[in-house]
Amino acid sequence: MKILVCLSVVPDTTSKITFKNDNSEFNREGVQFIINPYDELALTKAMELAEMNNGTVSIVNVGLADAEPSIRKALAIGANDAYRINTEPKDAMYVAAQIAALARENSYDLILTGRESIDYNGGMMCGLLGEMLNMPSINVVTSIDIENGTVKATRDIDGGKEDVECTLPCVASAQKDLCEPRIPNMRGIMAARTKPLNVREAVNGFDFASYGSYELPPAKAGVKMIPAENAEELFDLLRNEKKVI
Amino acid sequence: MSVLVFVEHDNGIVKKSGYEALAYAQDLATANNTTVTAVIINPKNADLNALGNSGANKVVAVNGSNLDHFTPGSYSHVLNTVAHEDGATFAVVSGTYNGKAVAPRLAVKMGAGLVSGVVGLPESDLSVKKTAFSNKAFAKVKLRSDKKIFCIVPNSYEVKNFGIQAEIVQKSIEDAPSPSKVTNVNKTTGKIVLTEAELVVSGGRGMKGPENWGMIEELADILGAATACSKPVSDMDWRPHSEHVGQTGITIKPNLYIAIGISGAIQHLAGVSSSKVICVINKDPEAPFFKAADYGIVGDAFEVLPKLIAKAKSLKSA
Ligand SMILES: Cc1cc2nc3c(=O)[nH]c(=O)nc-3n(C[C@H](O)[C@H](O)[C@H](O)COP(=O)(O)OP(=O)(O)OC[C@H]3O[C@@H](n4cnc5c(N)ncnc54)[C@H](O)[C@@H]3O)c2cc1C
Ligand SMILES: Nc1ncnc2c1ncn2[C@@H]1O[C@H](COP(=O)(O)O)[C@@H](O)[C@H]1O
Repeated sequence: MKILVCLSVVPDTTSKITFKNDNSEFNREGVQFIINPYDELALTKAMELAEMNNGTVSIVNVGLADAEPSIRKALAIGANDAYRINTEPKDAMYVAAQIAALARENSYDLILTGRESIDYNGGMMCGLLGEMLNMPSINVVTSIDIENGTVKATRDIDGGKEDVECTLPCVASAQKDLCEPRIPNMRGIMAARTKPLNVREAVNGFDFASYGSYELPPAKAGVKMIPAENAEELFDLLRNEKKVI
Repeated sequence: MSVLVFVEHDNGIVKKSGYEALAYAQDLATANNTTVTAVIINPKNADLNALGNSGANKVVAVNGSNLDHFTPGSYSHVLNTVAHEDGATFAVVSGTYNGKAVAPRLAVKMGAGLVSGVVGLPESDLSVKKTAFSNKAFAKVKLRSDKKIFCIVPNSYEVKNFGIQAEIVQKSIEDAPSPSKVTNVNKTTGKIVLTEAELVVSGGRGMKGPENWGMIEELADILGAATACSKPVSDMDWRPHSEHVGQTGITIKPNLYIAIGISGAIQHLAGVSSSKVICVINKDPEAPFFKAADYGIVGDAFEVLPKLIAKAKSLKSA
């Protein structure tokens, strides 16, 4: 069984977000980049499924060379090989078109993505790939198993969960709770150095979106403090001043 | 040309996010001199006339053999069929779990550009504002495609009354492919759903242990609020994972977020900072959460909460 894991590389969760060039560009200076947390879950789950089903795990990242340390980390965690499609990951559809082109060549049985990337938070990749590759897609999965070629997954819905089944090949996106992420060990780190990291050029298509300017949310007007003895006043303010209760 | 909108419902009860999408669609249509076609699938006994009042000029109620349960393949097929017949140039989908499953498949079917995380109407140059970096920023995105799909953030657009008398069309679509099937649905009944809640009461590690959540639940109950928690609280299994809000949990945007015994780490704030009003109760005056709050109380949760519960009770009975 061949599994592909889509890996996005994102600013560390503690990063302070700033912009430059008249707010037209994200300021990468001093920002630590990490594997998107949901993609770590996708990778770990892919390895568990590969171990049980005698399979392999490949990584794909659409991005520039500065993503390679994170791709190597994924190889150190245990993926077999990796592809980097060498282009600016401009927009979800454009990225999906790149990954779909690779997937058409290599015909994977299962493609796993994260529920969303924590930089652009689109949550669109799973469905985009499913439609482009004409496969079923199951998003926000909290469990996924494969039994005799049938995928059995549990996914989040508003206010609950549902169980979904489909046949392979399929695409699914990892939600927290799917598994505990693995971390690389020394042997993995050594092995990762010699694992293949193939660099490919981008294909054209689905290039519809352009990002203009960025802005930060407006600063809060400042906090109004209420003495603990008069805590109940809070609800008067919420009712009369803010009209929210 | 028209604006297509996917109206989600739960057993015939249209979701608030569905009404928000309708309002967004009607405002978008008005700005572009066109009309709104609302699609409601397997509508059971939903009140279709009410959709006109909320922004639809035409309601297409679709039934079919593969449409009993939501699957992204069949639902996007239905939406695309109607979009094609209607000559839709825009589609509006709310960014719920199911909305996020259907919007990308619809975009590829329609050959439309797609923006997710949208928080406002397009400006005059047609660029739309979307959230980025887990709510730490916004970006303006412009689509060059002829057709455009906007997947909007729940709770970011006001529900409105337009008083439109909608044309209602019943339609049957039998050929919707369903490559996946739902085998079981499990909903927690009777509780307010966190992703849809307008009011949220949330507890952190400062609540000391799961045995103390009775107070949080009682306050939430009286207010009609959902309950939430910080990541360590769900990691320690004090509360279910479905309540964990933040950068790696659920992102929420309620009208009111009350945080009790939560320090306000940057990852936590990312999931809640776009709440309209934030109240923080923490015994440490230096807790970073106060910087992001509208109202703050420095005090012990175990002393403050009983006062709040008593006050909430008296407000409700008044
Ligand atoms: C990659 C990554 C992702 C993360 N994602 C998330 C996320 O999505 N969501 C999230 O919440 N966190 C997330 N975190 C964790 C985050 O960094 C914080 O550790 C976490 O939010 C802290 O939770 P807390 O505020 O409940 O606990 P603490 O930081 O321990 O704070 C407890 C607070 O309670 C106060 N307190 C104690 N006793 C009382 C009392 N009796 N009355 C009143 N106040 C009291 C204390 O003053 C303190 O401020 C993430 C971390 C990482 C590294
Ligand atoms: N540049 C990228 N390269 C590879 N995979 C990506 C990229 N961007 C996003 N993804 C995948 O798509 C998922 C959802 O991302 P998004 O739709 O951007 O929220 C991520 O969790 C990744 O698995």
